[in-house]
Amino acid sequence: MTMTEEPTGAPSYKWVGSRSVRPDGLDKVTGKAQFGADLKLPNMLEGAVTRSPHAHAKIISIDTTAAEAMAGVHAVVTAADLPDLAEAGAKTDDIFMSEKILARSKVLWEGHPVAAVAATSREIARAAAAAIVVEYEPLPHVLTVTEALADGAPVLHESMMTRGVDPAPETASNAASRAVHERGDLDKGFADADVVLEREYTTKPVHQGYIEPHACVADAGQDGRANLFVSSQGHFSMRAMTATTLGWDPSQLNVTPAEIGGGFGGKTTIYLEPLAVRLSTKAGRPVRLVMGRDEVFKATGPTSGSHMKIKMGITNDGQITAAQIWMAFEAGAFPGSPVGAAGMTAIACYTVPNFFIEGFDVVCNKPKVAAYRAPGAPIIAYGVESIIDELCLAIDMDPIDVRLKNAAVEGTQASYGPEFPRIGFVETLEAIRDSEHYRSPVPEGYGRGVASGFWFNIGGNSTATVHVNEDGNVNVITGSPDIGGSRASMALFAAEEFGIDVGRVSTKIADTQTIGFNDVTGGSRVTLATGKVVIDCCRTIKQDLRRRAAKTWDCEIDDVEWVEGQAQHASGTETPLSLADLAAKASRTGGPISVTQSDNVRGAGAGFTTQLVDLEIDDETGVCRVARYTTAQDAGKAIHPSYVEGQMQGGVVQGIGWAFNEEYIHRTDGTLDNPSFLDYRIPVASDLPMIETIVVEVPNPNHPYGVRGVGEAGIVPPMAAIGNAIERGTGCRLNDLPMSPIRLLDAINHRH
Amino acid sequence: MITVKFSASLRDLTGDDKEIEVEAPTVRKLISLLDERYPGIGDRLSEATSVAINGEILPDALYEAIPDGAEVHFLATIAGG
Repeated sequence: MTMTEEPTGAPSYKWVGSRSVRPDGLDKVTGKAQFGADLKLPNMLEGAVTRSPHAHAKIISIDTTAAEAMAGVHAVVTAADLPDLAEAGAKTDDIFMSEKILARSKVLWEGHPVAAVAATSREIARAAAAAIVVEYEPLPHVLTVTEALADGAPVLHESMMTRGVDPAPETASNAASRAVHERGDLDKGFADADVVLEREYTTKPVHQGYIEPHACVADAGQDGRANLFVSSQGHFSMRAMTATTLGWDPSQLNVTPAEIGGGFGGKTTIYLEPLAVRLSTKAGRPVRLVMGRDEVFKATGPTSGSHMKIKMGITNDGQITAAQIWMAFEAGAFPGSPVGAAGMTAIACYTVPNFFIEGFDVVCNKPKVAAYRAPGAPIIAYGVESIIDELCLAIDMDPIDVRLKNAAVEGTQASYGPEFPRIGFVETLEAIRDSEHYRSPVPEGYGRGVASGFWFNIGGNSTATVHVNEDGNVNVITGSPDIGGSRASMALFAAEEFGIDVGRVSTKIADTQTIGFNDVTGGSRVTLATGKVVIDCCRTIKQDLRRRAAKTWDCEIDDVEWVEGQAQHASGTETPLSLADLAAKASRTGGPISVTQSDNVRGAGAGFTTQLVDLEIDDETGVCRVARYTTAQDAGKAIHPSYVEGQMQGGVVQGIGWAFNEEYIHRTDGTLDNPSFLDYRIPVASDLPMIETIVVEVPNPNHPYGVRGVGEAGIVPPMAAIGNAIERGTGCRLNDLPMSPIRLLDAINHRH
Repeated sequence: MITVKFSASLRDLTGDDKEIEVEAPTVRKLISLLDERYPGIGDRLSEATSVAINGEILPDALYEAIPDGAEVHFLATIAGG
């Protein structure tokens, strides 16, 4: 279902907004599509990684002798084979990234790579990796923010002083930084409230759960260059990070993007790539490295676990008067949790006149966290949207009405600073309020919950090339890996702009030598940013086509219009010229028809969502069944509605898993107890009903088609929506994720 | 004149100043002026910050022009997933 705000005189589109056949579908269902592990090169070796068994330890020695002596082993690398970036005076972030790839003097989590091997088979490589003898001196470890911040906690990085604290500390700690957002008078705000609640919440690390493990193939030449074939969310970014780690220039690497089997933010960073390249340079042969599922859980980046304390006040008529938030997010072994974004998004949906938000980025002995769909926002939304629901119950006011009363609108000064331009939060609330789902009675034994969410979305750097072949068909070439249907949207843009059937547009994602620079596919940016440069290419070509037609007809360009796929003379006296006609004679009218455009695209429109869930709750087992789920999200303009709906549904499903089941479970020795999908339970299709989608369209005024990113906001509300449904269905409030059956049953049993 | 509003994270350098008005035609010039007034803020604003000018968030905005009368905020750079 789509609810569209149409400005006066808005055009209707022929292709944009249609459900064209996805361009990658046939290859994917027939097994032709090449994912990261699928490339086979002549003489290719297989790689394996030696990883730390300890959560925290000094490396005393690494003996690779036995591994190197094994038949079939062609290369072994350790940190000694990478440049010492600390000695080279590199930036701290680059040093940490290099140490994440291969530990140099300390291991900081179970699974931290220590060495890598390339051999003629995966079995030999694994045996050789196991034969590398590493002498460790185990150190005490910390696994949570509470442990890491405790007095006397073992410190992971001896030189880490907390930034953002005044006065600056003189002793190292595990708190890397502090960020604060503040406005108004907190004391007055709470004094103005009729009801004030204070709650604490904890969440656990959860993984993005992509089905395809990390994989790459590196083929180094004798000329100091290498080709890298990798599944990622951004091959230019992979190139830059890999080059930095190797001490290379980026242009020494050519990176070809593979098809990607899920990323969700987790594939915006490197793990295997420098190892594969370095092994390949040493072996003189191509090397493939593929992670096992246990390695994905132990050694890639989940999102943060957290501890949050939230205090919020509200008047009896539903006005939120004040909010105070303290939160600490796990960064894993190196700084860089999404606590900053959490601070910015925490109350961004609302106009709150008085607030103080304080967030700490805290290191601990777990893998360094990576981005996960609206990083930081779902975690803090679990707390904020839960406490808002408790306040609604306290003042006996409808949760949609409270949100409408406090909703951020155009002109609201966002909690993170600037004023909002035109946004669609109110429209998502109204869409849920007016939905048949919300109007239906809550069945007996069910709980119903509502929550909302926000994500900024971003623009950024994109390059595209569009050319018209001599047969009049169009190629659209970009550098944005397709993780959510962007190829289809690019084709729809081109079809709409040229006025041709979308079947005549083919798309390709080119390697780093063939297309200009592109930022990662992430931040819900591609349909907006790469789409805009594709549109710019098409519009430039249309001008060129008009010029070519004018030359053909020996008239002025102002006499030529481009209408529905052909050049027409304004007088109507000439036979129209199609794309194919003009392309066939391109060399007479100026040469090949091809345009490349690049831009650092601005004007991303923020995305809001409101969601509604009905849970059937079995209070004898604590098991909740998602009986019905409706999500309303502002897409600006749904270029390909099926993909937009898919992004909305996907975010919701991941949030449901996060709410009910997903968590990293560590043993007391710091090792991970559930590094497999058997024990780390993500939702499958049979767990859930069809997620009902309401695509709200409040056009983004800064994009030619009104696009707002949709990939991320959808994951922000589900945990709170579910927590709210549980409370409303059982009277039990769970403030710790996941809200698993065992925990709910315990709460139910202690209810009275 | 433009208005620059400071987030709480900058208060250790800006003290009680939550906002100021200055003349600065570009972000680069603005950061230079702010660093003269609040020593050390230049480095802080150059690391991984975006700039919001009249509500539009611009990453990598050092050379960006600032229209007269604009409201400017410095924000942490937003990444995504």
